[in-house]
Amino acid sequence: MTPDSGTLRATTWQTVGPFFKIGLAWLYREDLADANVLGERIEITGHVFDADGNTVPDAVLELWQANSQGKYAHPEDEQNKPIDAGFSGFGRIATDDQGRFRFTTIKPGQVPAPEISGKAGTAWAPLQAPHINVSVCTRGLLRRLVTRIYFPDDAANAADFALLKVAPARRSTLIAKRSANSPSKFEWNLVLKGSNETVFFDI
Amino acid sequence: MAPFRPYRRYHPGTQPELLHPAYVSSQKRAPSQPLVHLPHTISEVTGPVFGDELVDVKASDLTKQHSAEPIGERIIVSGRVIDEDGRPLPHTLVEIWQANSAGRYAHAIDQHDAPLDPNFTGCGHTVTDAEGRYRFVTIKPGAYPWQNHYNAWRAAHIHFSVFGPAFATRLISQMYFPGDPLMVNDPIFNCTADESARNRLISLFDLKTTMPLHALGYQFDIVMSGRDATPFEQDHGAHR
Repeated sequence: MTPDSGTLRATTWQTVGPFFKIGLAWLYREDLADANVLGERIEITGHVFDADGNTVPDAVLELWQANSQGKYAHPEDEQNKPIDAGFSGFGRIATDDQGRFRFTTIKPGQVPAPEISGKAGTAWAPLQAPHINVSVCTRGLLRRLVTRIYFPDDAANAADFALLKVAPARRSTLIAKRSANSPSKFEWNLVLKGSNETVFFDI
Repeated sequence: MAPFRPYRRYHPGTQPELLHPAYVSSQKRAPSQPLVHLPHTISEVTGPVFGDELVDVKASDLTKQHSAEPIGERIIVSGRVIDEDGRPLPHTLVEIWQANSAGRYAHAIDQHDAPLDPNFTGCGHTVTDAEGRYRFVTIKPGAYPWQNHYNAWRAAHIHFSVFGPAFATRLISQMYFPGDPLMVNDPIFNCTADESARNRLISLFDLKTTMPLHALGYQFDIVMSGRDATPFEQDHGAHR
């Protein structure tokens, strides 16, 4: 099929450019969970780096996560699990002048992995490990990058559907580090390019 | 639980490569490692749902956000958000931002020596109606110079951000104007290999939505990924 066959095609991406704050800041959400939301309260901070190790002061991250029960606030999540009023699971944050970002939320629960089909030996677990889905846009990126934040010392990571698709040596780029002083605080850095480059997914 | 119905992958060539050297900023920011293919799971086929609390009439008329009207050519930009199968996508959030008529953004880091307009911020948002329609009133943005290469100018454009029904359908793009001579030398407009995909970023002048004695109408339809019929794409096992 050629692109001119008359079939509708998804609109092409374009960069957000340097001035996205004008249009996107009204919906910045860095505290995802209000006080009534159930779950383990966490804070995640980090920096975005470019190929030279310089921080990126004009990045915007969007977050999408399940609640602490492992349910997404979306009509297609038909699991028989409670929805938390006041928790949409959406966040949007920008990096500051130092390329730093910060958000607070609750640790997501486990959501289902795809059913195992075909040959035995594709040994992912029926539930995905807790994770936060991330879109990253910056000036210089012609379309978004998609990645995930996982949590350290979580037994479910070893058989997680998505982590198993990543070369073992690179999996650590997706796993946040817990602060030594404060167990509810995590650091997760995002390296767009270069050594220790973050794993990005084609979704 | 029912199997996941994945969204269709982009047709080859219709999206920009991450590294497009003519757009200089992509050289330091586009990843060097190949992306890891991830079949869609419940995490990708769900996405944020925005309710009617975000509907704000003032936010869709960028000429009425200050005490007086902004300077410039008043325009109406409207269209539909649909998927690749032609189905309208109702109740989805559409956000826009743009330069003023002189080509200057109301942003602290825009150093272009063109006047700011105290009556124009350049920010709007709306939610599509039951037929997937949206409509903004604004002024036509000006062209502006940038540092990418000698005598580089961005073609006039309006930034668009659309969510669609899922994390997988997220789209941020730019809308251009028909007949703009700057598009041919604009590396951002030209970053997509497929010419017809590029040309779909150009709005159409539309007499039907032009308001007599008031504002010119431009039509810009936005297409989001369609849905595969099969419940779950074949998975090829372990990492590559």
